[in-house]
Amino acid sequence: MSQYQPSARGYYGQFGGAFIPEMLYPNVEELREQYLDILADPDFQREYQLLLRDYVGRPTPLFRAERLSQHFGATIYLKREDLCHTGAHKVNNTVGQILLAERLGKKRIIAETGAGQHGVATATVCALRGLQCIVYMGAVDMERQKPNVARMRMLGAEVRAAVSGSQTLKDATNEAIRDWISNPTDTHYIIGSVVGPHPYPDLVARLQAVISEEIRRQLREKTGSELPDYVVACVGGGSNAAGAFYHYLDEPAVQLVAVEAAGHGVDTDKSAATSVLGRPGIIHGSRTLLMQDEHGQITEPHSISAGLDYPGIGPLHAFLADSRRAQFLSITDHDALQAAQLCSRLEGIIPALESAHAIAALEVMDLKPTDVVVLNLSGRGDKDLETYLRELQLV
Amino acid sequence: MINRFQNLLARKPQCLLNLYVTAGYPRLHDTVPLLQTLAAAGADILEIGVPFSDPLADGPVIQQTSAVALRNGMTLKLLLRELQGIRQVLPDTPLLLMGYLNPVLQLGMEEFCRQASEAGIDGVILPDLPAEEYADFYQETFRRYNLRPVFLITPQTSEARIRRLDELTDAFLYLVSGPGLTGGNQTADQGAQQAYLRRVEALNLRNPRLVGFGIADKASFEQACQHAHGAIIGSALLRALDGAADPHEAARQFVQGIRPAQSTTPAIS
Repeated sequence: MSQYQPSARGYYGQFGGAFIPEMLYPNVEELREQYLDILADPDFQREYQLLLRDYVGRPTPLFRAERLSQHFGATIYLKREDLCHTGAHKVNNTVGQILLAERLGKKRIIAETGAGQHGVATATVCALRGLQCIVYMGAVDMERQKPNVARMRMLGAEVRAAVSGSQTLKDATNEAIRDWISNPTDTHYIIGSVVGPHPYPDLVARLQAVISEEIRRQLREKTGSELPDYVVACVGGGSNAAGAFYHYLDEPAVQLVAVEAAGHGVDTDKSAATSVLGRPGIIHGSRTLLMQDEHGQITEPHSISAGLDYPGIGPLHAFLADSRRAQFLSITDHDALQAAQLCSRLEGIIPALESAHAIAALEVMDLKPTDVVVLNLSGRGDKDLETYLRELQLV
Repeated sequence: MINRFQNLLARKPQCLLNLYVTAGYPRLHDTVPLLQTLAAAGADILEIGVPFSDPLADGPVIQQTSAVALRNGMTLKLLLRELQGIRQVLPDTPLLLMGYLNPVLQLGMEEFCRQASEAGIDGVILPDLPAEEYADFYQETFRRYNLRPVFLITPQTSEARIRRLDELTDAFLYLVSGPGLTGGNQTADQGAQQAYLRRVEALNLRNPRLVGFGIADKASFEQACQHAHGAIIGSALLRALDGAADPHEAARQFVQGIRPAQSTTPAIS
């Protein structure tokens, strides 16, 4: 078995596990016992694949970005997850998890969201299948990602503000977990990233793995080889990166580049670059790299991008960082904004602020003209227009 | 090895009152004096909450008191320092530390156990440390330092699992009263709660059982005592301390409200 698959107890090396209070044990245990069987069930696969094709709009294109290629001096392919229904890769996971929730007999769905993309993707599939949907979102994020709050409400979801702590993704996740503790029988928690207690990191990675499955096929059609030199993706919790890396983990010739949010810079106290600033610790039921003070209190991260504003990373990514299988780079708010403008003006594609971090990383990578780079364009930037116009002084 | 839980149970087999306070609340150095006040007022067991930035199993009151305690400057290191010597003033009361795993791991489990043991702490409640991880990695350390783990049980916990948890400790079992967080309103479905407490009672477990979460007043305390050995109160006590001019007087009055003078507790036959 690949060393990048979790052990029976959910460990990737020293990272992972399921550090949950007893109140969550029956729910998590039920999921752990059933998720692999359900995912492998032909009936599930038929329904999942059909929805991915006809509802999500997969496969998403692999686009050869000529002007970005010229700019960066290498061949750049964009994996267009921004063209998924709802505007980001998040829906790959929610489509799968809603089918899973139905098979577990759950009637009520909860989710956390940072940038709002996972919240919208959850609200969307709940509408599609007629299930009640409650989304927890940090009060700060509700303010900076207003269009997504409106979309969730239009879709019939209830959006509840998380007002504790830094009022961002970490706090929204706390509130979602507290809701699950309070509703132990009828509720399924659709976690949006490769975080949380085992089996969530593995479940979400498997549901996002369709991204790299398609990249391999599409790249072979375009170049004759399934293997690029680099796969680049941004990492908050790390779900789009897990999906883009998944089928390349055991291909050592492919360099994996994970891009974190440096915020104002990793040498300031306003950053979200967990692999640089974190130490092993426990957050949201998982042992992973975690930003914390010397007393083990979780510190408040900062990124201009709500989707990357998280003090941990998924345990798989902690393992990829620790084992050096992936190279971790960090990009400041400023550089991400510049990259968003660059991509908009050179390719006519307005990327999400999260994905803009990955684009900015191309600037600091040591690319050769012969290099083939696949960059996972995880989402579109409509939700960030207010921030772009303000910060880039375009109004 | 001294087991203050068993000693207590021998003295007083029922209606045990276990009170929880957040260390460093309401003021940084209130912890040890408040524990003395609560014991003098009639608490049988005391739980000392180690504040954490992200207390997942706790409701708004303990979230709030933890945030205040952290702002006051409480840390696990400071707390353990303050607790050294507490056995000179509270020789017999079982004392527990309750908190989340991350601060303990940052100090180091061994170091945590060593200092807790030196202070004379009897038990530890770490809600996010699963029993399996405890058994595989920490049981030896706990035993070496004469510390006992306390595990939570909920209405959803299977009988087989309850029995496994019962085997892993000789302190007590913490029966979470119903679905929800600390400080929640669990009294909504009294029938279901009583049925659950009776079901666990009928298992004839090795350990005494204390009911917690949502126990807030005399009525819910006495209700919980009917099919368990006692109950745990945290949020309601902390609410009583909130804004009190004299936290000690507020604490005394709170305990009086739950258990009006020691003489009214059921006589030991």
